[in-house]
Amino acid sequence: MDFSLTKEQAMLKKLAAQFAEEELEPVAAEIDETHEFPVENFAKMVKLGFTGIGVKEEYGGTGGGMLEKVIAVSEFAKKCMASAATLSIHLIAPHTIQDFGTEEQKQKYLPRLTKGGELGAFALTEPNAGSDAAGVKTVAVYDEATDEYVINGTKCFISGGARAGVLVIFAMTEPKMGTRGMSAFIIEAGMPGFTYGKIENKMGIRGSETAELVFEDLRVPASNMLGKKNGGFKIAMKALNAARIGVAAQAQGVADEAIALAVQYAGERVQFGKPIAALQGIQWYIADMATKTEAARNLTYYAAWLADSGKDFMCEAAMCKYNAAENARFVVNLALQIHGGYGYMHDYPLERMYRDAKITEIYEGTAEVHKVVISRAVMNK
Amino acid sequence: MRIYVCVKQVPDTSGVVAVNEDGTLNRASMQTIINPDDLVAMEQALMIKDATGCQVTAVTMGPPPAEGMLRELLAMGADDAILISAREFGGSDTFATSQIIAAAITYTGLNDEDMIFCGRQAIDGDTAQVGPQIAEKLNLPQISYAAEIKKEGNEVTVKRMLEDGYMMIKQQTPCLVTCISDQDSHPRMMSIAGINAAYKKPYTVLDFETLKDEPLIELDKIGLKGSPTNIFVSFTPPLKGIGVMLEGNDKKTTDKLASMLLEKHVI
Ligand SMILES: Cc1cc2nc3c(=O)[nH]c(=O)nc-3n(C[C@H](O)[C@H](O)[C@H](O)COP(=O)(O)OP(=O)(O)OC[C@H]3O[C@@H](n4cnc5c(N)ncnc54)[C@H](O)[C@@H]3O)c2cc1C
Ligand SMILES: Cc1cc2nc3c(=O)[nH]c(=O)nc-3n(C[C@H](O)[C@H](O)[C@H](O)COP(=O)(O)OP(=O)(O)OC[C@H]3O[C@@H](n4cnc5c(N)ncnc54)[C@H](O)[C@@H]3O)c2cc1C
Repeated sequence: MDFSLTKEQAMLKKLAAQFAEEELEPVAAEIDETHEFPVENFAKMVKLGFTGIGVKEEYGGTGGGMLEKVIAVSEFAKKCMASAATLSIHLIAPHTIQDFGTEEQKQKYLPRLTKGGELGAFALTEPNAGSDAAGVKTVAVYDEATDEYVINGTKCFISGGARAGVLVIFAMTEPKMGTRGMSAFIIEAGMPGFTYGKIENKMGIRGSETAELVFEDLRVPASNMLGKKNGGFKIAMKALNAARIGVAAQAQGVADEAIALAVQYAGERVQFGKPIAALQGIQWYIADMATKTEAARNLTYYAAWLADSGKDFMCEAAMCKYNAAENARFVVNLALQIHGGYGYMHDYPLERMYRDAKITEIYEGTAEVHKVVISRAVMNK
Repeated sequence: MRIYVCVKQVPDTSGVVAVNEDGTLNRASMQTIINPDDLVAMEQALMIKDATGCQVTAVTMGPPPAEGMLRELLAMGADDAILISAREFGGSDTFATSQIIAAAITYTGLNDEDMIFCGRQAIDGDTAQVGPQIAEKLNLPQISYAAEIKKEGNEVTVKRMLEDGYMMIKQQTPCLVTCISDQDSHPRMMSIAGINAAYKKPYTVLDFETLKDEPLIELDKIGLKGSPTNIFVSFTPPLKGIGVMLEGNDKKTTDKLASMLLEKHVI
């Protein structure tokens, strides 16, 4: 067993940390305030190759796999959770197209997403289909005359949906068949019939836009179907399964940063004539935070290793996401507590981190849904 | 065309500074970074590479772990890297350092259209001597304090920043340029594609055996023995006491100031 990163992975970590410190941190508070997607920073991520992680070089990617994604996303999350979410969610689209697309689809769409500067999005959720993806009401009807699918429906809570150039969406091609009647499609911004509804006003990760997407007689060439007809549910589950490790990485990064801030603050804040770090009550908080965070990191790395080794990782992906997200809330809460009243103030990053961390327990599968996945895997062994 | 960029790995002075009993720096116990001016020199070279497609070679003299720094420079975009490293080279001062680097560049080859870039100065030794000394030893023209460098054919145009203005200089290559950092210089970051290539690019170690026949390499001109600088003692200068503040804008206060300065023989 070897826990060390390769030399290249160590360099990637250094680069991601430098990028987070020099480019993401300076705007983190501002984009939280203004609710604006940092367009320039996304362009810089593209230039350095972050948007091509996990995609083969022949498609404009920068190679690597799940562990590389975890490394980059968690370093970003230390300084700006919204930007970490943006990278993590963007990567779902190219990874899904790489895994399930035809050679033609890969040639056409992957370079645009990896190095062309276009944002990717993944649209499954609908007003009546959250945890229960089988409730999708968006329909895609085949038009033989034009060899197109005509799509009608509404998606909600789609990260980056209103800015994305290329989106992977899900619609029912056989509505009566439930999960076995769902198909995946690649759509592009600007296609007639594709418009955006409201942009949500959120508690956290406010620099990541969450949009409503409206499809009104959206015509998509049949060649844009991703995978097999009626095979969409499997694609959605596989894609989310992999994406969950990215959410665990977001949770990991924010927890790491919260510990660093808490340790620093405890050393500086003097009460009762000595730094509060000298109080055993505070020391024990730090010990708990550090121990649980280290455990969460190792479970996330393990899930990433399983994924990169081509082994089954569904249960471990759910475990690492569920655990890291819960840990992030626990750690950020204690770090804020250690900061006392200052932690509650807008001027300190912990208040934002506290709001940001919460999302990791909700999107790409709630904690409860993960427990369903985990218990099924464990009890059916 | 090839640009050699001389880079030095220096202790990160934002961390702990440790000194050996003999007064030399205990480099092993300190975190290291790439000397900031040298990153600027690398950026200048890479900008010329972007424009002309020339070859950029990172050169350092240092212990074997300096490889990590060279790989990062390859990940930034340098084409190849040279590590000059040998026991015989250890303990070199600026004279010996420049002697060895000059020998390594001669050994590797310097053509008519080539240039050597250095940082202006290293944040540890701080002498700003190594660059100019390399130029002297290679008998090359040198341009210091460069803020902008443009290359056309075998001619280079350099904007030198001086305290009270700037100076534009035209010079034929080969030549040596030392670069300064200012607010406008932002050395690029590594890229992921660069990282993927960093360990695949040409990497050469030049040891004593390889360089020993170079005319510049003589045992009394390299290493500790060949270093005219001796460190007798190194110490942290005692802090000066806090100054005296005089308040008031009347004649009485200025008289008092004048008498205090007189007393200290300042005026
Ligand atoms: C900021 C943000 C960004 C998002 N980005 C995207 C995106 O890019 N693409 C996308 O497709 N979706 C996205 N989503 C949607 C997200 O994945 C869903 O919100 C999530 O899956 C939960 O669905 P829901 O909100 O409908 O909650 P519901 O499914 O209605 O859940 C309500 C509650 O019931 C619980 N529950 C539901 N089922 C069970 C069960 N079987 N057992 C026990 N408890 C259960 C849930 O855990 C939860 O506590 C985003 C959401 C947010 C908030
Ligand atoms: C007072 C004093 C104390 C010293 N103490 C120590 C000590 O404790 N331990 C020790 O090992 N040495 C010590 N030295 C030696 C000193 O670190 C070396 O001379 C050093 O190689 C170059 O000097 P500098 O740091 O002043 O570089 P500068 O002359 O300021 O550097 C200018 C430029 O030259 C280039 N350059 C310099 N060094 C290298 C290099 N090694 N490889 C590639 N390019 C380079 C870089 O481009 C750099 O920006 C000391 C020197 C002095 C004068």
